[in-house]
Amino acid sequence: MHIIFLIIKREYLVRVRKKSFLVMTILGPLLIAAFYGLAGWAAMSSIDQKKVQVVDESGQFTGKFKNSASLLFSFVNTPIATAKKAFPKSGSDVLVYIPKNVLNDTKGVQLFAEKGVSFDIKSGIERTIEKEIENVKLTQSGITRKVIEEAKVDVDAQTISLSDEGEKQSSTGAASVIGLLCAVLIYITVMVYGMQVMRGVVEEKTNRIIEVIISSVKPFQLMMGKILGVGLVGLTQFMLWIVLSIGITSAGTALLGSKFTERPTVQSQIQAQVNQQNDTPPTVSKAAVNPVSTFISSVKNLNLPLIIGAFLFYFLGGYLLYSALYGAIGAAVDNETDTQQFMLPVTMPIIFSFIIAQFVLRDPDSSLAFWASIIPFTSPIIMMVRLPLGVPGWQLALSMGLLVLGFIGTTWLAARIYRVGILMYGKKPTYRELSKWIFYKA
Amino acid sequence: MNILETHHIVKQYAEHRALNDVSLSVPKGSIFGLLGPNGAGKTSLIRIINQITGPDSGDVILDGERLKPDHIKRIGYLPEERGLYKKMKVGEQLLYLAQLKGLSEKQAMEKLKIWFIKFDIKTWWGKNVEDLSKGMQQKVQFVATVMHEPDLIILDEPFSGFDPINANLIKDEILELRDKGKTIIFSTHRMESVEELCDHIALIHKSKKVLDGTKQSIKEQFKTHTYHVEYQGTLSDLPPAFTVLETRPADDHFLRANIQIPPDAAVNDLIRHLLDRVAVRSFGENIPSMNDIFIRAVGDHND
Repeated sequence: MHIIFLIIKREYLVRVRKKSFLVMTILGPLLIAAFYGLAGWAAMSSIDQKKVQVVDESGQFTGKFKNSASLLFSFVNTPIATAKKAFPKSGSDVLVYIPKNVLNDTKGVQLFAEKGVSFDIKSGIERTIEKEIENVKLTQSGITRKVIEEAKVDVDAQTISLSDEGEKQSSTGAASVIGLLCAVLIYITVMVYGMQVMRGVVEEKTNRIIEVIISSVKPFQLMMGKILGVGLVGLTQFMLWIVLSIGITSAGTALLGSKFTERPTVQSQIQAQVNQQNDTPPTVSKAAVNPVSTFISSVKNLNLPLIIGAFLFYFLGGYLLYSALYGAIGAAVDNETDTQQFMLPVTMPIIFSFIIAQFVLRDPDSSLAFWASIIPFTSPIIMMVRLPLGVPGWQLALSMGLLVLGFIGTTWLAARIYRVGILMYGKKPTYRELSKWIFYKA
Repeated sequence: MNILETHHIVKQYAEHRALNDVSLSVPKGSIFGLLGPNGAGKTSLIRIINQITGPDSGDVILDGERLKPDHIKRIGYLPEERGLYKKMKVGEQLLYLAQLKGLSEKQAMEKLKIWFIKFDIKTWWGKNVEDLSKGMQQKVQFVATVMHEPDLIILDEPFSGFDPINANLIKDEILELRDKGKTIIFSTHRMESVEELCDHIALIHKSKKVLDGTKQSIKEQFKTHTYHVEYQGTLSDLPPAFTVLETRPADDHFLRANIQIPPDAAVNDLIRHLLDRVAVRSFGENIPSMNDIFIRAVGDHND
C-alpha cells in the first residue's frame, strides 16, 4: 500500500506541476466566463435601429405605428410609385406598402428594401399591422382591446413527480440540465484523463524506465498507482475549475449586475407611458417571475445529495473502468501513433453513450435508456442523464453493482495485458496476440 | 556460501522455451559473469531473479531463502534497456526510486548525498534528466541501481554508453562493491571486461547452461596444451608426440611456432628438446582468451 501511495504521489505531482495544468486550470474558467460575458454583452448591446417608410393607402394606420428600439417609422403621403423612386435616396432601410383594402385582403402588404429584410424586421412589421387590423375589426364589432386583455389567461403547468416519498415539485428542464451537465463532465473526464493514463504508460515504455521500476514494484501496483494518481489530477482540476468559475462569474455578475438592475426601471417607465397613452389606470402587474430563480428553486427540489453522490460514484467508476483499458493500450504498443488502432473499440462506447444521451433525455423510460444505464460501458453517462429525472432504486443499485463488477473486470483484464505488454518491444501486437497475453502465466 | 542459487529453472513463452533446466550457484562476494549469445535466455533468467516474471518450474534461492517479494530490496538491477523519467529532476527521481526500494526519504537522502559527492555530480540535483548527456544519465542510473546498498547487484551491459574514463570509474566502483562483500552478476558481450573482472562464469546458450565454474577452471578446461616459442635456427627432428602446428616469421629474423604436446606430457621435455636444437628467445603457454572460449563453447553446441 505504501508503494502504491508513492506512485500515486509521483504521478500526481508530476502532472500538477506541469505548466499545461496551470494553463488549463486558469484558462478553463476564463473561457467559461468569457463565453458568458460575450453572451451577456450581445444581449445587452442594442440592435441597429432601422428606418421604415410607410405608404398607407388605407389611411387606417396613421399614427398607429409606435417606434421601438429596432424600428423607426415615418409616413409618406405620396403614391407608392413615387415613394419607390425616391426610396433609394431617402436614407430609409425599408419601405412598407399598405394597400387600400388591407382590412379585407391582407395579402397586399409589401415590403421593399435595398438589402433584403431580416426575419425579425419582417415579423415585427407584420405583427404591428396584424394587431392594428385586429383593433380596427374589434372596434367595428364593438369590442375594446381591454376586454380581450382581461379575457387572456396564462397557463404554466407545473410538473410534479409522484414517487414513494410523495409529491414533489420538480422541473423537467432543471433536471435535464443537471443530468446532461453531469454526463458531459463524466464524458470529458473519461476521455481526457483516460488518455493521460495511456500516454503515461507509453512514456514509461519509450523512456525504457519500465524495467527499472518493475524490478521494484509489481506491474499491477504501477498501473493502479498511475490510474489513481491521474484520477486525482482530474478531480483537482475540476475542483479548481468549480472554485475559479464561481469566483469569476460572481465577480462578473457583481460588475454587470449594476447594469442589469437598471433595466426593470426603464421597462416600468415604458409601461407607465403606454398605460397613460391607452388612457387606462396603471394596474398592478403580476410579480415578474425570474426564470433563473425558478431554475434554482427547482434544482433545490431535486434530490441533490443523491445526485452528487451518484455523480462521484459514476465519475470514479467510469474513469476506473476506461482508464484501465487505456492503460492496457499504452502497454501494448511502443509509441503513441500505434495506439490509434486499439483506441477505437475503447472510445466507441463512450462516444456512443454520449450520442444516445439526447434520446434518453427525450424518453428516459425507454428500453434503450434502461439498458444503456445498466450496462457498465454506457451507464456512467446514461445513468447520470436519467437520474435527476427519477430512476427506480433497484435500477440504480443494479447499475452501480454492475459498474463495480465492470471496473474490477476491466482492471483485471488490463493488468493481464499490461504486465506482458510493458516488457514487449518491437512489432505492434495483433488482437490475437493480446488475447494470448491474457492467459500467460506470470 | 552462495548468495544466489537457481534450481532447474524452466521458462516457456508460447512456442519458445527461454530457459531449459538452468541451475546456477553464485558465490557470495564474487563477480559472476553471465554470458551467452543474443537471445540465449540471459534476460529471461535475470527477470526471474528480479521477480519481474516467474519461472514455470524450478526454484530461486536468495541467501538461503526462497525468493519472496521482500527480496527486491536486497537486489539492485541495471537492465540493458534502461532509462529514466526525462522530465523529472535528477534528485527527485533518485529519491523516488530509492523509496520504491523501501528506503525512507531520510535514509535515501543520506545515501544519495554520499554518491553525489563521490561522483562529483552535486550540481545535477535540480536538473531535468533530459538536460543531461547520455553518459551523465548512465551515471545517474548506476547510482539508482546501487544506492539502496543491495547485497546482489545485477548489471546488464553496464559499460555501454560510457567513455573510457567513466567506464573506468564504474569498473572501480564494481570492484569496490565486491571488496565490501557485495555480489555482482555481470552480463555482457564484452569479453575483455569479463577477462578483467569476473571470478566466476556461466554461459547460457540456446536456453541451456553449457558452461559454469571459476574463470581459472574454465580456462583449464579449454586449454589446448599448445605453447608458443620464438627462436632462431632450424626446428626439426622433434619427437613425434610434439606437433608443430604452425611456423611463421617473427621480427628480427626470429621465427615463431605453436607446438602442441600430449595432455600427459611434461612441458620440461619440450623445453629440453627445444634448447637442444634452436636459440630460444621466448616461450609460453597459449592460454585461451574468454573470447576463444565463448566462440568455441557456443560453436560446439551449435552442432
